[in-house]
Formats: sequence, structure tokens, C-alpha cells
Amino acid sequence: MIGLPLLSLLVLVPLIGGVLCLFVSARAARWVALVATLACLEISIDLWLLFDPEGPQWQFVEKMPLGGQVDWALGIDGIALLLIVLTAFLMAISIGASWRSIEKRVPEYMAYFLLMEALIMGAFAAQDLFLFYIFFEGGLIPMYLIIGIWGGAERIKASYKFFLYTFFGSVLMLIAMLYMVGTAGTTSIPALMAYDFSSSAQTWLFLAFFASFAVKLPMWPVHTWLPDAHVQAPTAGSVILAGVLLKLGGYGFIRFSLPMFPEGSAEFIPFMFVLSGIAVVYTSLVALVQRDMKKLIAYSSVAHMAFVTFGLFAMNRQGIEGAMMVMLGHGLVSGALFLCVGVIYDRLHTREIARYGGLADNMPGYALLFMVFTMASIGLPGTSNFVGEFLSLVGTYHASSWAAIAGTTGIILGAAYMLWLYWRICFGTQRNADAAAMPDLSLREWWLLAPIALAVMWMGIYPESFLRPMRNDVGRLIIRLERVAPAGDSRLTLGKGASHLGDHDHSGAGH
Amino acid sequence: MSRFAPLLPEIILAVGGLVLMMLAAFTGRRGTTLVSWFAVALLIAATVALIGPPSHAGPLFDGMVSADLFASFGKAVIFPSAAVAIIAARGWFDQDTEHPSEYSVLIVFAAVGMAVMVSSTSLVSLYVGLELNSLAGYVLASYQRRDERSAEAGLKYFVLGALASGILLYGISLLYGFTGTTSFTGVAAAFGREAPSLGLLFGLVFVLAGLAFKASAVPFHMWTPDVYEGAPTPVTTFFASAPKVASVLLAVRLCIEGMGPATDAWRQIVIFAALASIFLGAVAAYGQTNIKRLLAYSSINNVGFALIGLAAGDRQGASSVLFYMTVYVVMTVGAFLCVLWMRGEDGEPVESIASLSGLAQRQPGFAAALAIFMFSLAGVPPLFGFWPKLLVFNAAVHAGYVALAVAGILGAVIGAYYYLKIVKVMYMDEPAAPYARVREPLQGLLVLLAALFVSPLGYLLIGPLGSLTDRAAGSLF
Repeated sequence: MIGLPLLSLLVLVPLIGGVLCLFVSARAARWVALVATLACLEISIDLWLLFDPEGPQWQFVEKMPLGGQVDWALGIDGIALLLIVLTAFLMAISIGASWRSIEKRVPEYMAYFLLMEALIMGAFAAQDLFLFYIFFEGGLIPMYLIIGIWGGAERIKASYKFFLYTFFGSVLMLIAMLYMVGTAGTTSIPALMAYDFSSSAQTWLFLAFFASFAVKLPMWPVHTWLPDAHVQAPTAGSVILAGVLLKLGGYGFIRFSLPMFPEGSAEFIPFMFVLSGIAVVYTSLVALVQRDMKKLIAYSSVAHMAFVTFGLFAMNRQGIEGAMMVMLGHGLVSGALFLCVGVIYDRLHTREIARYGGLADNMPGYALLFMVFTMASIGLPGTSNFVGEFLSLVGTYHASSWAAIAGTTGIILGAAYMLWLYWRICFGTQRNADAAAMPDLSLREWWLLAPIALAVMWMGIYPESFLRPMRNDVGRLIIRLERVAPAGDSRLTLGKGASHLGDHDHSGAGH
Repeated sequence: MSRFAPLLPEIILAVGGLVLMMLAAFTGRRGTTLVSWFAVALLIAATVALIGPPSHAGPLFDGMVSADLFASFGKAVIFPSAAVAIIAARGWFDQDTEHPSEYSVLIVFAAVGMAVMVSSTSLVSLYVGLELNSLAGYVLASYQRRDERSAEAGLKYFVLGALASGILLYGISLLYGFTGTTSFTGVAAAFGREAPSLGLLFGLVFVLAGLAFKASAVPFHMWTPDVYEGAPTPVTTFFASAPKVASVLLAVRLCIEGMGPATDAWRQIVIFAALASIFLGAVAAYGQTNIKRLLAYSSINNVGFALIGLAAGDRQGASSVLFYMTVYVVMTVGAFLCVLWMRGEDGEPVESIASLSGLAQRQPGFAAALAIFMFSLAGVPPLFGFWPKLLVFNAAVHAGYVALAVAGILGAVIGAYYYLKIVKVMYMDEPAAPYARVREPLQGLLVLLAALFVSPLGYLLIGPLGSLTDRAAGSLF
């Protein structure tokens, strides 16, 4: 396997598959898409196996100058590796989820999905600033079309909102990138991660990148595109949006904002904590009152993403590793929850919570898996989100106890809305005959949900598999952030009583 | 003889154009195809003839024109796009019994005018080239003279164009009066000697105003939507491509070679025109229902971005303008070729955006090509239209005009909306009545090539194209 340009393949395989899909029938397009995504999954697992956690920071490096100011430079560290694996995993599942529920214009649909996979993979693997931007922005086009063509009733508005919001955020980042390249004289991301910009410039650069990543993540108050986009997107579109595209925002903070502008980031810690605190409490409360299942999960995504920003801006090992684990865990769990919504939506064609009830009677398998994901979303020990949220809150507590208090509220509220959702859907009496007549999970649906459930438990029970590849990379980031990391108010301090105690001991010794 | 060798492309076109005129006059209707192929061949021959002395002979005829790489680069973009405009007209003027074949001849003469424009280094040759191009343009705009809209477009273009020429000429006379010379270098020397006098500044402003008209930069853009809408579509294809390149390049050469020492004076004007064009082009396009009108605003918008590169005022900026105009021409020509295919059941041209509804389900290839051009014009990566935008913003940031770049980029976001609207209509709406099939394999091939150029494959060209534009821009400094 060594010698093959694995990262380029990861971009090219879905790209070629996507173009191929446009020229074949609907049936063939489904198979082409499945084969291409499984091939990507295979490649990403190979990467995971071949990745040496103790090795150099950047592995599988490829570089080909394109002339001009941009290089085809790819390479990954442990952080990017895990996100690539997550993407490949969810992509294959999304294709499966669209197998039957998408009936119109199938070849186009599959083509856009594969195109998006190629672009996302490229964004995670890019080592050149402009190359990253091209991949990062390019993902907007297929998602715009997916929401706009296969979405629900309000799809047009949602697609515009999605596109223009994120486009606006990103172009400010582009100006900052131009400035950085002009100042540092290189477009290489690893070189820029070690470059020290003047601290006054860092403030502006941080804000420009923040505009992009905060919209993408999304953070309160620029999250308003997300519920619309999620509700209107087809099921698989929501899975990818929540599972992968949002992670680009978090990845951006880890890869760009923190290491490139440490002083700038430190300056904005209180700001980030306040926004995250508001996001956790506010969006959780909003989630509580939703009648639409997808909207509820969409708001819960915003709340979960706030744990990512809490952890990252705590600037310590627990915080950053926790943030990464939340991203991975949330990617799996929210993806799975959207799939769970999709399963019953496909049967009854409504997302209104009140139309369901007592599904545990007629859909026991569904109720079981839905329970697993509900618990994971709450952060029950033994599931992926527990590890992430716990680490992230521990890290936050070291940085600021007030922020940790706000964050912890979110866990309680999260339990409230998720358990209530589960209760209303799966327990209680069966009020509607059509809901009561729904058949349990088909074999295909088992194949989609069970792997995610296993992965969620794996992450919860043995997180070391996921923590190990990124340990050294987080370590490098912490060294970079050492000089600016917040002192925190939770450290143990030497009390006044110590000297008195010493006197006492002394007098005691004299006896 | 060797004195004329650097002028070979212009000579080929001028002499060939005269021969063609005779040919057209004597063959009449029967000769249409022959004349148009002959014209395309002439333009290709002129492009090939750019290799050699025309690219590096330097100043000619006491500094009237300059045969340098900058001029050659401009011509290498202008001639092929003029040839495409001829190919675009195939089958369009068939019903026209009066003068079907003069179209190609007029385009060839306009191409000579544009060639003079991009190589002129004197105020006189500048004006002669500009007028040669414009006169051909006036006739072309009203080519279907029995069509009310076409006649109106021609008249509007002529009246406003004559006004602009007057303004330009007034500016030229002021510059000549206050410097005593018409050559760019002489004018530059006069600007460099002392702080520019009021008369010189007036001359500068008037000349730039005249050029802004030709490039349809705000606030001299008013004619553009009406003329683009009214003129026959192949003519609009032509107007939106080659003359635009010629006037922007002319402005670049005049500003840098002729008024280099007064950069601070003209930069304010260019910055204003750039931002006004970007924002007006973006905002005014919102309510449009006619695709040609919409593309007219798009071209105003794009000239604004190119002017951002000029505002940087250095070599990098000039190079980014060249890059921008090259990619712009390909995108615009591609988009207009798609518009040419919008024909109703009876073969009549359709121009409403609503008629594009659901095109992706009726003619997926056509829709995909137009969508690629739209996303590319909007500057969304990974399409190639993103890269020239990045270059002009980069030039502005590099020259220290970060605020200008930020303002421009916000305009790009506003402008993205209407390009998205076209994509939305094509991909997300229910199918409307189908178009009649147009059987023009050559045009189809051109659209395919243009689409491939602006697709991510275009990024393979940034190396060679970038170094070429850089060397071309270098010949100005």
C-alpha cells in the first residue's frame, strides 16, 4: 500500500465516481456511489492503520506544484485523520440511507454526494492555504443543490440561506488568507502554523477566520441557517451536514485559529465562552419546545457544538481532546439520530412529534437503537459523547469555572429534551393507527444504524483508539498555546492557614 | 518591409477585411458561409501571426503604437473571442435577406480597432482604434434594423457612444494642450515634472470617463443593459467579450504608462468606479427577468473586479487584470453561447429567465454548462472563476488596500445571489416548455471547451497563464 498517493486517491475516487454517476441509469448510479464510498472507507481505514501515532506530525505527505500561488499539497495529522475516517464512514451510510428514499433524479443526487465527499476529504487533507479554501468553499455547491432539489417544502429558502450565510462567512476568511500569505510569504499550512504574526494583526485575522468557522460550526447567534437547512434537507443530506460539514468549522478552529493566532485566540477567550454559554443554554431551551423532530435535533447540534468551542478555547489537553471527541461523537450520534428520524419519516411522511407515540410496541428494534443514540446524545457513560463532553468540561473547568457551570447546564437540559423526545415517540399509548401499523426496521436500515451504534459504544468504552492518533498533535498544539493559555480560577491555591499549621507542627515537635 | 513586420496581425486583418467586404458585396446571400469561415480564418491567422516580432519589437512609428507582450496578450484574447462571436452567429441571420454576410466583415474591422487600442501608446492612435471599434459596434448593435429593439439599441449606443467619444476627445485635447505631446511617455513625463496642474487633472478625469464608458464601468454604464438586451444575441456575445477586454487593457496601459506618476490622482477614480460597478452590478441585477439584461449587469459587475486590480497600480495588479479578463471572456462567451440555444418551439430566440425552468431535467448537459458558468462568474471555488478574483484581491491587499478588497469581496457575496437564482431556476423548478434543439456541433464544442476551462481543470493553467500575464504586465513597467 505504501507508495500509493492515498490522500489523492481519497479525493479522486469519489470525484471520478461522481462524474461517472451522471452518465448511468438510476440503478447503476446507486451502485457506483456505494462502491465509490466503500472504496473511500477502505482507503481511510488503511490510513488509520498505517498512521504512526509516534511518527512525524504530517504523514502521507504529497506535494505537486501547480504553478502560481497554490500547490497540490496534501498531508494529514492525527486530527485530520480521525475526521477523514468519520467522513468516509458517514458517507457510505448516507448513500445507503438514500437507497430507497430518493427516487427522483437519482444519478444527479449520487453525483453531488460523491462530489461533496471529494471536496470534504480535500479540505481535511489540504496542506496549502488556498487549496484548503477551494475545497472548503466548494462543498457549498453540491450541498446547495442537494437541499434545493431534494429538500422539503421550504427548500429554496433554506438553500439560499445556507449558501449565502456560509459564503459570506468564508470570503472574509479569504481576505485574511491573502494578508497572511503576503506577510508570511508562504501558503503552506504547516509553515503558517509555526509563523508568529504580530499580535495586533492576530486580532483581525482571528476575527476574519472566526466569521467563517463560527458560521460553519455554527455558533450562536449565527446558527440560524442550520435549523432551516436541516429541516429541509433530505435525510442523508442532514446526516452529512450535521456529521461532517459542521466539523469543518471545528477543524478550522483547531487547524487555523488556535495555532496560527494564539494571541488573537487568547484575547477572545471570554468572548468565545460567553457565546458558547449562551448557545448551550439558549438552544437547549429552544430544542425543548420544538414540535418537529428534525428541528429539535438541529438545535441540539448547535448546543453540542458549543462543547467543542468550550473545550478548544480552554486551551488545555483535556479541553482540546474533549472537543475532538465531541466532534467525532456528535458526528456519529447526530447522524444516527437524523437517520432514526428518516426511518419513521419514510413510513409516515411527517416529522411532527405528536403524530407518533408508543413505537416501542410495534417497532422494538427501532426503539432499541433509538434508545442507544438518545442516551449517547445525552452523554451517558459508555457512549462516545460522555467521553467528549466530560473531557471538554473538565478542560473548561480548568480555564474558567463559570464557563463550566454554564456548560454543565447544557447536559441537564440535553437530557431533558432528548428523554422527552424519546418518551413522546417510543413510549406512551399509540394514538394514531397509521403510526401503530408501521413495520419495524428493514434489513437495510439495520445495516445503516447498527454500525453506528457499535462505533458509538466503541468510542465510549475504549476511547484510546481515537485518542492515541491525536495525542501528539494535541500536545504540539498545547506547546504552541502554552504562553497564552488562561490561568483559570479553579487551581488549588495555598491557603492562609498553612503558616499557622506549620507553627503548630513546630510547637508540637518541641514537646 | 521589416518595419511593418510587427504589424503583421493588423495588416492581415485590415487587408483581409477589405477583401472580405468585396467578397460579401459580390456573392451576396450565397457567400455568407464562405465569408464567415474566411473571417474566422483571418482571425486565427492574425492570432498565429502574434508569434515573433509583434510581441517584442517595442515602440513603432515614433511611439504611436508599441508591439510588446502586453499588446500581444490582449490580442491573443481578443482575436479568438471575435472568432467565437462569428461562429456564434451561424444560423442566426439566416432570415436576414438584406445583408447576411457583412456581420463577419464588421467583426473583423472591430478586431483591427481593438488591436490598435491595446497596442496604442499615443492619444491619437488610442482614439483612432477606439473609434474604429466603436463604429463597427454601432452598426452591429442595430444589425437587425427592422427589429425595433435592435434599432433602438443601435441608436442608443451611437448617441451615448458619441457623447463619450466627445468627452474622451475633450480630455485628450486638454492633455495635449497642457503637455504639448500626445505620446504616453511624454504625458507621463509632464505628470512627473511637477504637481499636476488643474488642466492636466481635468484632462485625466475626462479621458478616464470616456474609457469608463467603453468598458461600461459605473457611472457610465447606463447604455449597457439596453444595448445588450436589444442587440442580436451574437452581437451581445461579442460586445460582452472582446471590446470589454480591449477597453480595460487600454485603460491599464494609459493609466500605467501614460499617467504613472499621477497614480494617486487616478487611483481614487478607479477605486470609485470599481466599487460602484461591483455594487451596482450586483444589486441592479436582482429584479431582472431577461437573461441578457442580467448578463449585462454581470459584465458591469465583473469590470468592477478587474478595476480593483488596476487600482493596485503595480505590476502584480496589472497582471491580475490580464488574468481576470482572460477568464472573464471565457466564462461570458460560454454563458452567451448557452443563451443562443434558448429557442422556442418555432426557433425564435427566448430570453426570459423563467423559460430556463427545470432545464436540468430537459437538457442536463446544457444546464450543467450554464450552471458551471454561473457559479464561476459568482467566483465560487472550486470553479476557475474564483482564481482571478483571488488574484485581484491579492493585488489589492499586497498594495495595502485591504479595505478595498474587503468591500469588493462583500460585493461578490451580494452578486452571488442572482447567479444562484439562475441555477435555482434550472435545477430546482418544475420543467417549463422545452426548447427547440439547436444543431450546431461547433458551438457545442466551444461551450464544452469553455466549461472545461472554467472547471477545476482550469487550475492546471494557473502556472503558465500566470507567468504569461506576469511577463505581459512587466512590459508596461
